[in-house]
Amino acid sequence: MYGKGLKPLSIATVALLAAGLSLVFFYAPLDADQGFIQKIFYLHVPLAITALVGFIVGGVFAIAHLRSGNRKWDAYSYVSIHMSVIFGVAVLITGAIWAKASWGHWWVWDEPTLVSFLIVFLMYATYYPFRYAIEDPDRQARYASVFAVTAGAFVPLNFMAVRMAQSLVHPRVFATTNGGLPGSMMFTFLVCLAAVALLWVTLVKLELTAKSTSGQLKRLRRALDAPPTGSGRPRIAPEVS
Amino acid sequence: MPDLLFATPALPLDEAGKYVAGAYIVFLVLIVVYVAIMASKLGRMEKELRELAGFAESRAGGEAESSSDREQVSADV
Repeated sequence: MYGKGLKPLSIATVALLAAGLSLVFFYAPLDADQGFIQKIFYLHVPLAITALVGFIVGGVFAIAHLRSGNRKWDAYSYVSIHMSVIFGVAVLITGAIWAKASWGHWWVWDEPTLVSFLIVFLMYATYYPFRYAIEDPDRQARYASVFAVTAGAFVPLNFMAVRMAQSLVHPRVFATTNGGLPGSMMFTFLVCLAAVALLWVTLVKLELTAKSTSGQLKRLRRALDAPPTGSGRPRIAPEVS
Repeated sequence: MPDLLFATPALPLDEAGKYVAGAYIVFLVLIVVYVAIMASKLGRMEKELRELAGFAESRAGGEAESSSDREQVSADV
């Protein structure tokens, strides 16, 4: 059921990613200040925005789970957070590469944007041990949802705090004063943002499909009363039926 | 295609290019690793499904055999 529409979604994602990359390297002009290095912006910033929005989406699904008690929403929340953590890894690595190229250091501790993202990332990294420290599936889902809601509310607050920090080091390319992005760069950025967001949606759908299939297999095994096959590993993620 | 490549501007793959290529390769590697993990999961599920299908078939075969044995016994009686 979750796999429905996955193929066209995947094709659209690949097409949009290809279009985005083409625009980045063959259409968007070189930045007057940073030159070719600025091309990392079209990957790093969409990844960061998608990861942060993904964390918030995970919180929204968690609210739906707490309100309805339906385990489906817990699985949605888990997969959203899981995918955003993976995107977060990409954000930290691409950000470090950009920092090294621009500032000569892999990491700058007095830069609020970097440190705040690291705090958010580390907070969500604790989601897994927190979740799997609880054995009872219902309690596990409920506590994980409370975590997702609390952490999800922290993300926009954190973002606003950083914007108000008035750092002069990290560029504010979406500012309305002192310039901002020119049209061609903004268009390229928006295409890249759409491509990365679509990639997130596709991977979430893929993960949910895999979990649903795995859940159906377990149901089939129970119905057949067959002995467990394979490695018999413990469950590490919520089931989706 | 060669004409298109000829028409495109040359990418400055010097010091800066190294970092830009690195960032995009990291992204690509992460996606490929994720897809590989999902492919391995799919392979495991396929194996499990095959084993369950085999189990169901053998059980159905066993049931059919025992019912034909029962019919044979009742016919003999």
